[in-house]
Amino acid sequence: MSSETPPTVSTSANSRPAGSGTPGEITTDQVAHLAGLARINLSPEEITKLTGELVAIVENVAKVTEVATPDVPATSHPIPLSNVYRPDVVGETLTQEQALSGAPDHDGSRFRVSAILGEEQ
Amino acid sequence: MSPEATRQHDLTRLSAADLASKLASREVSSLEVTDAHLDRIHAVDSDVHAFLHVAAEGARAAARAVDARRAAGETLGTLAGVPIAIKDVLCTLDMPSTAGSKILQGWVPPYDATVVRKLRDADLIPLGKTNMDEFAMGSSTEHSAYGPTHNPWDLDRIPGGSGGGSAAAVAAFEAPLALGSDTGGSIRQPAAVTGSVGMKPTYGGVSRYGAIALASSLDQVGPVSRTVLDAALLHDVIGGHDPRDSTSLKDAWPSFASAARAGQQNLSLKGLKIGVVKELGGDGFQAGVTQRFQEALELLTSAGAEVVEVSTPSFEYAIAAYYLILPAEASSNLAKFDSVRFGLRINPTGGGTVEDVMSATREAGFGPEVKRRIILGTYALSAGYYDAYYGSAQKVRTLIQRDFARVFADVDVLVSPSAPTTAFKLGEKLDDPLSMYLNDLTTIPANLAGVPGISLPVGLAPEDGLPVGIQFMAPAREDARLYSVGATLETLLEDRWGHTLLSQAPDLAPQEMFASEEGAV
Repeated sequence: MSSETPPTVSTSANSRPAGSGTPGEITTDQVAHLAGLARINLSPEEITKLTGELVAIVENVAKVTEVATPDVPATSHPIPLSNVYRPDVVGETLTQEQALSGAPDHDGSRFRVSAILGEEQ
Repeated sequence: MSPEATRQHDLTRLSAADLASKLASREVSSLEVTDAHLDRIHAVDSDVHAFLHVAAEGARAAARAVDARRAAGETLGTLAGVPIAIKDVLCTLDMPSTAGSKILQGWVPPYDATVVRKLRDADLIPLGKTNMDEFAMGSSTEHSAYGPTHNPWDLDRIPGGSGGGSAAAVAAFEAPLALGSDTGGSIRQPAAVTGSVGMKPTYGGVSRYGAIALASSLDQVGPVSRTVLDAALLHDVIGGHDPRDSTSLKDAWPSFASAARAGQQNLSLKGLKIGVVKELGGDGFQAGVTQRFQEALELLTSAGAEVVEVSTPSFEYAIAAYYLILPAEASSNLAKFDSVRFGLRINPTGGGTVEDVMSATREAGFGPEVKRRIILGTYALSAGYYDAYYGSAQKVRTLIQRDFARVFADVDVLVSPSAPTTAFKLGEKLDDPLSMYLNDLTTIPANLAGVPGISLPVGLAPEDGLPVGIQFMAPAREDARLYSVGATLETLLEDRWGHTLLSQAPDLAPQEMFASEEGAV
């Protein structure tokens, strides 16, 4: 994993090695940055409230670092499965009309969105 | 109450198994049974709010079709003609599927979830869609964008969550069966606090195709009912391999209904070794919960089971691991709600790029708990924090699996109370997310390890008169064992009580009122 630091993460958090057991510092700037990454507009009041809540939650969940020693392998999936294949055959698929049926806007054959790029781009 | 109204009332009180046999013998028609449940919904759901959508006409049409085929001499499936409620997290072709969120308000999917298709193929009658915490994030159903569901035992209390709607629907006799989904206890905890039965199958045992994903490595669809046998009958319908779900197991499953019937008939538990999980009880558990749980253990012992205490030290870290893994997976799963292909779109005043539209849509469309978990998940996956948080949580998952493997080498099933407390008051924990998260203490380990778990009622807590549930867990793929042991305990308890627990719940619709509502849907 990259140890690259997101722009608003404080350097004190970054200087700690991963898995050191100390929760990273969470600031309102950082929450605003995370909200941007998650594409959710938040009001300044929501950011302040969320920052407090996240500090409390992260303090609690950080206890996972107490027992996650280097010799323990990670588990991402509860029941081990590998190489799941199915026959390569033509199956039932949605029609274009069905696929577009829930779209907020479309032109009859494609989803329609507003400009992808901003003016400055 | 007119004889007809009495008959309708009685039809809603029957188990799915009993309804199925009356339907098969043509003692009652599916239309009669369906109408009885629609009437019950009409009479009580303004108080309970278990349903987000009631498909009265669709249900009656499906019931008529089943009746016609039966009249023509066709042999139908075991549960053909039995009504069922469907959690709104599951995609349904003919009903809106919102997952309790504003961002999907009114959305009608272009396909059925595999489990829904299986219900239709087996000729069950979908009554409608049930309320839930938004995107299944919550333990009280208070995070639904459409308002909370109320516990049929006490309308001022929560029905559990996230599947509070499905649990309340069966507990309030609005449906004999329901489908739920369980990511950290969303089937089992609502079952516990409403006095109903809920089963989380082995991960991969039931298809997740068409279940709107919360955390893909934890989510599991399963049955909600009033009896263990009914849950097993429904599990037999929805279980099995689905090529559309790449995490679906290819196992050949035994008949769960046969396992439940065997458990009902053979009440001796001689040879069964039960492990009481030390870490999932004791301090912090409500006194009446502990008392009813202990009495159930005594009953199991008197039936011949050997009951021993086992310790699973890493379970202490389960909630912490869960509240890193779940938000991390949810933050990426919910990226699909981008205002392009389905759901809400909010155009910011003065226009903007597609990114501005997404950010405005997600601001308006997601509730506070969903925003909280997406931001938490984004944080846990951030460069620089990934190893410390998400990586460590995945290691804890390994430790929890090892604990399960170690104790299951010695015992056949594990037991704990299904939830630390009985149903709490609506609003009590809404402003304290951490305290809400602690509700899932008992149910989360099974999700992290993928093992099956079932909750069934063991009585009412003396201090508040509210239902208490016991949870059994078995090794992965041993779901049948839970139905067998669960049915035995249920039978022993009901023999002792002389009635079912839910028959003691308040009758929400006074009989006079019910009679006056007769026929109205």
